[in-house]
Amino acid sequence: MTDTLQVSNDSPSHKSSSKQLQFGVVQFPGSNSDQDCIHAVETMGHRAGYLWHKETQLGNLDAILVPGGFSYGDYLRAGAIARLSPVMKAVADFAENGGLVLGICNGFQILCEAGLLPGALIRNRSLQFRSEFVHLRVVHDQSPFTSQTPEGTLLRVPIAHGEGCYFADQETLQEMKANRQILWQYATADGALEDHANPNGSVEHIAGICSKHGNVAGLMPHPERACQSLIGSQDGQRLFSGIVDHLTQSS
Amino acid sequence: MPESPITPALIQQHNLTPEEYQLILEQLGREPNLTELGIFSVMWSEHCSYKNTRPLLKGFPTRTPRVLVPAGEENAGVIDIGDGLAVAFKIESHNHPSAVEPFQGAATGVGGIIRDIFTMGARPVCAINSLRFGNLDSAEVRRLFRGVVAGIGHYGNCFGIPTVAGEVFFDESYEGNPLVNAFCLGVLRHEQIARGAAKGIGNPVFYVGPATGRDGLAGAAFASQDLTEESASQQRGAVQVGDPFMEKLCMEACLELLATGAVAGIQDMGAAGLTCSTCETAARGGTGIEIELNKVPQRAPDMTPYEIMLSESQERMLIIVHKGREDEVKRIFDKWDLPWSEIGMVADHGRMIVRNHGITVADLPAAKLADEAPIYHREAVQPAYLETTRQWRPDQIHDTQDPESDLMALLQSPSIASKNWVFRQYDYTVRNGTVVKPGSDAAVIRIKKDSLPDLPEDAPNRHAEVPEKFLAMSVDGNGSYVYLDPYEGGKSAVVEAARNLACSGAVPLGTTDNLNFGNPHHPELFWQLKEAVRGLADACTHFEAPVTGGNVSLYNQNPRGAIDPTPTVAMVGLIEKPEHITTQWFKDAEDVIILLGEAVDAQDACQGLGGSAYLKLKHGLKTGLPPRCHLDREKSLHGALRGWIAQGIVKSAHDCSEGGLAVALAECCISGEKARHDPHLIGATINLMGQEGLRLDSLLFGESQGRIILTVPQAFQGKCLEQAKILGIPAQVIGTTGGDHLSIQVQDKSYRWSVGQLHDGWFNSIHRIMDA
Repeated sequence: MTDTLQVSNDSPSHKSSSKQLQFGVVQFPGSNSDQDCIHAVETMGHRAGYLWHKETQLGNLDAILVPGGFSYGDYLRAGAIARLSPVMKAVADFAENGGLVLGICNGFQILCEAGLLPGALIRNRSLQFRSEFVHLRVVHDQSPFTSQTPEGTLLRVPIAHGEGCYFADQETLQEMKANRQILWQYATADGALEDHANPNGSVEHIAGICSKHGNVAGLMPHPERACQSLIGSQDGQRLFSGIVDHLTQSS
Repeated sequence: MPESPITPALIQQHNLTPEEYQLILEQLGREPNLTELGIFSVMWSEHCSYKNTRPLLKGFPTRTPRVLVPAGEENAGVIDIGDGLAVAFKIESHNHPSAVEPFQGAATGVGGIIRDIFTMGARPVCAINSLRFGNLDSAEVRRLFRGVVAGIGHYGNCFGIPTVAGEVFFDESYEGNPLVNAFCLGVLRHEQIARGAAKGIGNPVFYVGPATGRDGLAGAAFASQDLTEESASQQRGAVQVGDPFMEKLCMEACLELLATGAVAGIQDMGAAGLTCSTCETAARGGTGIEIELNKVPQRAPDMTPYEIMLSESQERMLIIVHKGREDEVKRIFDKWDLPWSEIGMVADHGRMIVRNHGITVADLPAAKLADEAPIYHREAVQPAYLETTRQWRPDQIHDTQDPESDLMALLQSPSIASKNWVFRQYDYTVRNGTVVKPGSDAAVIRIKKDSLPDLPEDAPNRHAEVPEKFLAMSVDGNGSYVYLDPYEGGKSAVVEAARNLACSGAVPLGTTDNLNFGNPHHPELFWQLKEAVRGLADACTHFEAPVTGGNVSLYNQNPRGAIDPTPTVAMVGLIEKPEHITTQWFKDAEDVIILLGEAVDAQDACQGLGGSAYLKLKHGLKTGLPPRCHLDREKSLHGALRGWIAQGIVKSAHDCSEGGLAVALAECCISGEKARHDPHLIGATINLMGQEGLRLDSLLFGESQGRIILTVPQAFQGKCLEQAKILGIPAQVIGTTGGDHLSIQVQDKSYRWSVGQLHDGWFNSIHRIMDA
């Protein structure tokens, strides 16, 4: 790969919409779901390329994914160093201008550290890493990221994290609720919000949220690893198709 | 610098015998200095030289037309999987470091095996592991278990490699000497195979990766001694500290560099660090090598040449670059912010010359050092205990009166219970390739274009489509069987791995094995090793699953004696089509359950109870003759199963192993899982009427080999039985799926379990012990 944005030349096997979108996937040293993000986007018939962490110019992009992994080894604190990288300044500018940014797992941690999303991710309640499929309940469909999943929809997607316990103080939570910033919650197979369905102890079972303006979102589960039934689930596609729908509508 | 004189005590401290020292004197024609003595001691350790096992390992089959790089030639073997693609895989132990410091010991075991794979030019795409611990009722064992699992998870999760399968057994023989065998598999194109040879006289030698410290000093030598009570405290310094983040960067940088074509040879610094990597690359290249230690990045002040040469600091690589292309190394390693240093060059004199600030501190013949370690043909004597264990027969115990409790107890026993407590700490979904996650007979992964290392910018096939392929893998080995009959036990390990692959729909491609045994100087322990290797070799030959590499770990002893001899066998297989991928759990109600193979092996005097989990759990015995392996019968059974899978009539297939038929049936009912706290449970009604005259414990819990439980839709029942008859494979309908109970009728008695309760006992058993 090179230091500049690289457009994948793989021709997609199918197109899910008439317009082919261009996603940028941020690549920090230690990112490890970057390939999975690219694969998911291409599976859906769109294009994706890497954004090297030293990059300051993003080029012409429709949306940005901040992938999972252990950026900079997660030394100090998950996401704490990544937020200082040059590319994050550019990502913040992109978000400031209303661009869609989705942070997944470590990407969610980074967006919180960078102040693009409220709250923080702390160590799992179990103090252990957790890798398993979970059910996510969609809180509302008024966000670009949930527009293809009506309120109450259950999505089956994997988690894989050691620091995924979402925390925000009561005041912040109230504000988030007022702004409808909570997007996904951990739930049972029946959609109930019960403690045993919460894999990491997140406050109010929160799995993912969005920014006040709604264009930046983050979640601990991995929708990009759930875009094909062959690997266990294609529910993750419904999240990405929300992004696609939003961008196609708005253009 | 003042040098210590070479005294007999110093020689002994280096684990060299007086005879070996004589050989060193002959090879050198002079006395070695301390640095040279250290270099000999690590190169001639069992870990590096296989001096005690090399004659035995010659019995392994190593070649088939698919083998591109055979065992012993490089860091890992490479096997063709068609369409110009290949896989590199290997298993390696980190037993002694894990006994001393479980978290770092296990973590660096994973790091070491990942390095072996990308050193071959392959992108590592999945990991599996095989673990053994003492009984979990000991707090110390729980500490080791917790630490090892966390260490494996830490390294693999951070690196970004899915850990997709494994096995864990608990037995008192492993107390104080856990086994940690880590496996890694990587994918590459045929033309991307890299070599660990120092080729091209005058080519520069680069050191890349983090600086060298005093950690892991002489780990290879440490791994080749008995573990003693003092070793834990004295040898903590021999355990390395791992940094998976650094290794991830190092891997990406190495693969990027390999794609440029600037690399003439590449070798990781694993056991025996700089020593082993320099002299092995020179030996393989038929060249010599010269290095300057002053240029080696150093983490600690005032390191001696001895320390620098023997350090096992992790995540370091040695790269030989075509002269004139040094800038490409610098460009790529700078991009990844990784330290690099040009430390020497390839020479034509066949020697390994080490200088420090220009002064020669070691001058040794590279090829002799690497390839001419002494070879020992150790004495082998059949162990005395076998006289007793072979006499045991089932009539010495009462048949079971309470199979309902027995099944529950077996499912809750940690060796049989669900290992979700373990694998939920491992990221198994990263890389978007895990088709069958941990918890079925074999894991299955999908190979796709991004599984491969990048090609050079100007390669004509850089943007070519890559056909998706599916690989299955399983790791197996039953120490009790091997203890009671090393030859049969060795065969069983291979056969069970092959059977697990068949149950997933795969054809075996090759095998990698880890031989975990006791002190080879002990004739009875050496006999175990010799016989087990013979069994492994015979079975691998039979299944055309060549051994492509592996590892030998001897001296696995604690103060009370040796561990059960434990070869672990990891087998990799290929599945042609995604629709052939098969899992072990029942899928739907109203399917027909067929048992393939004889319910109890009629030729087995112990009726499948010898060495069984049931005998140990219920009667506290580890005795008898373990189940026999009939290689021909197994092979035709596996072939037939794959045939039915290819016809599309098999909905589930599960092999019968530890715990026998009843445990296997229960696992079919309860092991499916949709998500957290969302199991896929399905009952079954079983009738074993046709088994008159058999002991009930043998029928339900005996471990006769060669049995598979499969389900087919009712419409295909006749076809399946008919074809089995033609193929001469015993097959009988034993029941149907459905309901929320498992009920088993044997003659006039019926036993019944709620699948919810079975699942709870099986699924939560290890949680209840570990999180209590």
